[in-house]
Amino acid sequence: MSDAAVDCAGVWKFYGDYPALRDISFEVRPGACLALIGRNGAGKTTLLRILAGFSKPGKGQAHIFGQEPRNAEARRRIGFIGHGIAVYDELSAIENLRLFAKLYRLPNAESAAREWLERTGLDRVRDGLVREFSRGMRQRLAVARAFLHGPSVLLLDEPFTALDDRAVAVLQTVLRDALAAGRTVIMSTHQLREALELATHVALINRGRIAFHGERTDEMLSAPGWIYARYGES
Amino acid sequence: MRQKVIVVMLALVAILLARNLYTISMLPDEMRQGQIFRIIYFHVPAAAAAMTGSAVALVASVLFLVTKKFQYDALAVAVTEVGLAFLAVNLVTGSIWAHVIWGVWWAWDPRLTSALICWILYAGYMILRQALEEPTQRATFAAVYSIFAFTDVPIVYFSIRWWRTIHPQPVFFSKEGAFPPDWSRALAVNMVAMFLLYAVLTMIRLRQEQTQREIDYLRRTVHAI
Amino acid sequence: MRFLSQVMVITAKDLRAEMRTKEAINASFAFALVILLILSFAFDPTEETTREISGGLLWIVFTFAGTLVLNRSFARELPNDCLDALIAAPVPGAALFLGKALANFVLILAVEFVALPVFGIFYNVRWTRQFWPLMLVLVLGTWGLTSIGTIFSALTVNIRLREVMLPLLVYPVMIPMLLGAMRLSALLVAGQPITGDDTVWFKLLFGFDIIYTALSLVLMETVLLG
Repeated sequence: MSDAAVDCAGVWKFYGDYPALRDISFEVRPGACLALIGRNGAGKTTLLRILAGFSKPGKGQAHIFGQEPRNAEARRRIGFIGHGIAVYDELSAIENLRLFAKLYRLPNAESAAREWLERTGLDRVRDGLVREFSRGMRQRLAVARAFLHGPSVLLLDEPFTALDDRAVAVLQTVLRDALAAGRTVIMSTHQLREALELATHVALINRGRIAFHGERTDEMLSAPGWIYARYGES
Repeated sequence: MRQKVIVVMLALVAILLARNLYTISMLPDEMRQGQIFRIIYFHVPAAAAAMTGSAVALVASVLFLVTKKFQYDALAVAVTEVGLAFLAVNLVTGSIWAHVIWGVWWAWDPRLTSALICWILYAGYMILRQALEEPTQRATFAAVYSIFAFTDVPIVYFSIRWWRTIHPQPVFFSKEGAFPPDWSRALAVNMVAMFLLYAVLTMIRLRQEQTQREIDYLRRTVHAI
Repeated sequence: MRFLSQVMVITAKDLRAEMRTKEAINASFAFALVILLILSFAFDPTEETTREISGGLLWIVFTFAGTLVLNRSFARELPNDCLDALIAAPVPGAALFLGKALANFVLILAVEFVALPVFGIFYNVRWTRQFWPLMLVLVLGTWGLTSIGTIFSALTVNIRLREVMLPLLVYPVMIPMLLGAMRLSALLVAGQPITGDDTVWFKLLFGFDIIYTALSLVLMETVLLG
């Protein structure tokens, strides 16, 4: 348990009366890539937000490298992409990255910012204001922001949704590099194909419970809907 | 068991108040103010109880933030709501007194003005609670606001006092001449009665909060099946 | 001094973003002028008695116009879910509070420095006679407004009717500070120095600022995690 990158033990989450998550327990080892799949409203976003430290479970505990997600040390090791891109429209691409590089106290904020602008193909528009960016460009900047500080654990909430081709390619490259470097990824998704290509493990959430958790097999790759048919709601 | 305690306390309050009303009505009229002076027996205890209540609310709020136990949030709400009612009694009795004695409904007396501001502060607490739906967020934010509000109470009191020394106005209930002993005793008895009433109302409101939480819990359990 | 440098990063970010759009500050300037105008109709500026109290009226303008800036303070973090990114970063809540409060302070002070000359013109008052003491009152009073307004902006950011809730919660808490600031401003604008009993108001303003800044620094983290 203590050498898992991410672990959950008996996590429940209530919104008013409704249990959004019920008795979630699982472990993700370092270097794994977990694809979290499930219908809308199943609880994927809720779980990711608890792992990222935005909210606390009603019951049970979640840990990142054995620590509470809110600890300063854990925060430094987590990279999060949610539904919003979490960059400022009124600032330029490089201003945004510089800001986050400084907040994460990176030793060389400027070069880290520039490096990630290059890796996401945005260095030609580095001085452009984000509000003028296309959707795909905004998503690529969100990727740059999340990976900028070299996090060991990446929590991505539907990162492939509505990306253009270029953005998809960038994200896949960045994720492959991260996994090759031993980082851990948990990614919720509807886009089964792109996610399953990268995934080492798959978990299916169904109405707040984990209905399936195991290694990703070739069977899943060739017929992605198979998991839903076998373990999900009909 | 709790039910019996509440009933017993209510009965005690009723007896004390009834007896005191009789005693108060038997007292001779105050020299300058006449009948209306008797209002002090309710006006002052109401304020004293409300201020004690606000101190309890502060402690409950801090305890909630530290322990995250919802019983402290329930206590904070109950005590503040009852305190609002008691402060209202204080304000209304003060206003009536002012109208009878000075012919004005509001005379900017330092203590009454401070009480009015405290009332507004705690009304703000209730409005904030109403605007927040998620229970944990509601309890947390209300507790933070409660700490700010309570810190303000002494500052408000002193600042209004200083403000009024610039434009001195007649002060209510100036203590020229000591109270005769039987008057003090009547006031003390009413103090006890009002504090008891405050405690009883708080307990009733607390019971209501706890019942609501039980209902919420049962609903959650049913949904989970 | 890592804490201070993180504070400065946040202050710079807020100010830079505001200067790009100028939404809050333009609205605030305009609002201040409108209120000054309306107050001129309510209290005849040509009368001697009005000139004597006019310093107090200034704080009505500052408080209302300031609320527009304060509302924006956390509201600007809502689009794109930027608040998530700020909370996720390893920045202490206290640094986030101080960074935003300083940015708000600068913006509100800017509005006040524009409003003052306009006020002087409308009311035909030479407010520069006690310039430095008046500046001190402005700084102390504005910091009181800013510190409470910033943390309450975080409290109300997700509530419906946020624009109404924020002033509703902030103004009552600020009453003692307003009393002091209005009293001191009324005297200073009329050219009179602060003597004797009135010096107590300066102590009130200092104490108020220190207490509420300390409270906000301590409680900000709690509010952010809500």
